[in-house]
Amino acid sequence: MALDDIYKEVILDHYKNPRNKREMPGAALTHSKNNPLCGDEITVFADAEDGKLREVSFVGQGCSISQSSASMMTETVAGKTVGEVEELTANVRGMLSGDVEPDEDAFGELVALKGVVKYPIRVKCAVLAWDVLQEALSQGSSSAAAAH
Amino acid sequence: MAVTEQRKAGLDVERIRADFPILSRTVGDKPLVYLDSAATSQKPRAVIDAEREFYERHNANVHRGIYMLSEEATELYEEARVKLASFIGATDPATVIFNRGTTESINAIAHGWGRKFLKEGDEILLTDMEHHSNIVPWQLAARATGATLRYLPITDDGLIDLSTLESSLTDRTKVFAVTGMSNSLGTLTPVHLLADAAHAVGAVLVVDGAQLVPHVPVDVRVLDCDFLTISGHKMLGPTASGGFYAKRELLEEMDPFIGGGHMIHEVYREYSTWNDVPGKFEGGTMNIAQEVGLAAAVDYLQALGMQNVRAHEEEIAAYAIERLQDAGARIVGPVDVSKRGGAVSFVYRDVHPHDVATVLNEEGIAVRAGHHCNQLVMRRFNVAATTRASFYVYNTRREVDALVNALGKADDVFGA
Repeated sequence: MALDDIYKEVILDHYKNPRNKREMPGAALTHSKNNPLCGDEITVFADAEDGKLREVSFVGQGCSISQSSASMMTETVAGKTVGEVEELTANVRGMLSGDVEPDEDAFGELVALKGVVKYPIRVKCAVLAWDVLQEALSQGSSSAAAAH
Repeated sequence: MAVTEQRKAGLDVERIRADFPILSRTVGDKPLVYLDSAATSQKPRAVIDAEREFYERHNANVHRGIYMLSEEATELYEEARVKLASFIGATDPATVIFNRGTTESINAIAHGWGRKFLKEGDEILLTDMEHHSNIVPWQLAARATGATLRYLPITDDGLIDLSTLESSLTDRTKVFAVTGMSNSLGTLTPVHLLADAAHAVGAVLVVDGAQLVPHVPVDVRVLDCDFLTISGHKMLGPTASGGFYAKRELLEEMDPFIGGGHMIHEVYREYSTWNDVPGKFEGGTMNIAQEVGLAAAVDYLQALGMQNVRAHEEEIAAYAIERLQDAGARIVGPVDVSKRGGAVSFVYRDVHPHDVATVLNEEGIAVRAGHHCNQLVMRRFNVAATTRASFYVYNTRREVDALVNALGKADDVFGA
């Protein structure tokens, strides 16, 4: 069945049992964004230490694709440097636009999102959490720069 | 059973379906079930043929050339105006302005009438069930003039809350802009009553007719609205066809919206004078072939009879609401079909509308999922989005059954 291409077990599991779905009061980085197309919204919280993301969480509401992508993201990016997260984010975007063949080792469970390529209108759902994190990181670096 | 009921309603739906070439296509290996006519309707062969014949035999610019082709094109274009005027009960065809449809029309009205006559202290009254295209142009006009916006709320049943009408409509209200039929809730609004209330305080009534005109018999003399917008592509016509009706004196006193060729009488270095109505509002080369196609759509709908169209949609909306509710869906909007049209919004258990739409698409079913350009409505009913199935002359009970059966597949995927 073609629906299996998009609604893979991993995606449904993260949707029904989201990881790190909680507010993180006092987090160094907090950023929210919604997808005006469908009203999905995601807030990402992140704490960084020595240039690495120590802990990442999210809250929000939306479809299975946006919420599972957020859940997988929080698990994958924890412990990575900002540079590594930026590279992974670019590769996730590349995978979702069909331009990048995912490296299974680097992607882990995120490979499950590959099927979304066949549903162009849903790509926005899958990248929402990544957009939020990227904007949070760039705001974090600009406020750090402003502090200097 | 279904056939008998449709006969009673006066539409031979199987015969109608044969007139729409697209309805015989498939999506993957499934027959197309098109339930998104509130977004845009499908087109009968007569409309497609009319547009093609215009290009093949009569294409020329209108109101310009002193040659036979241009005269033919002009005649067809103006004949379309006469037909559309007659369709909505306007006795003077010049009171029907052509443009791309409702969004352009409301912008033309908010700009050409609103910015000319609104001033600080004036109020614009809207309702919480307006489409963004009947909100944003008024926000722009308010910002430009210093007028303020007020809104009538929505009842729990999905109707306009008329208990606040008297307190909201005051001598400060200069314009009351309201939908004739909500595109998300499906609600029919009491246009005639609202027109009387607006006129009692000296305000003009603008009716967003995008969903009303395609589905319900409309007579502007009975409604007594001051403006009525028309989206041709939602009533079997080509995209970018339609326009708006306005009372003649309003068209005379308001400003044009688009400046350019044809809309002028004389041009001087510092100023220009305007062409007569309706030319004043039709600057530049218009959507000629599209309005000619719309004339064929009007012919088609009139042959069916708008009373029959309405009866069919009432019947199919009632069936859809009943079956969706039985399947565990929550209807967002009125459930009394005498108060609503055929755009049925629902929330299915806790499955997100985007996921519902993706599952339905696999079964060949086209629905809309999202906020439907109705973010105020979504907030009112505390949902981020809904799934909307919307029906028209070519839809059948069998397609409602297909919709409900396909919702069961969402249970399989999401374990709802």
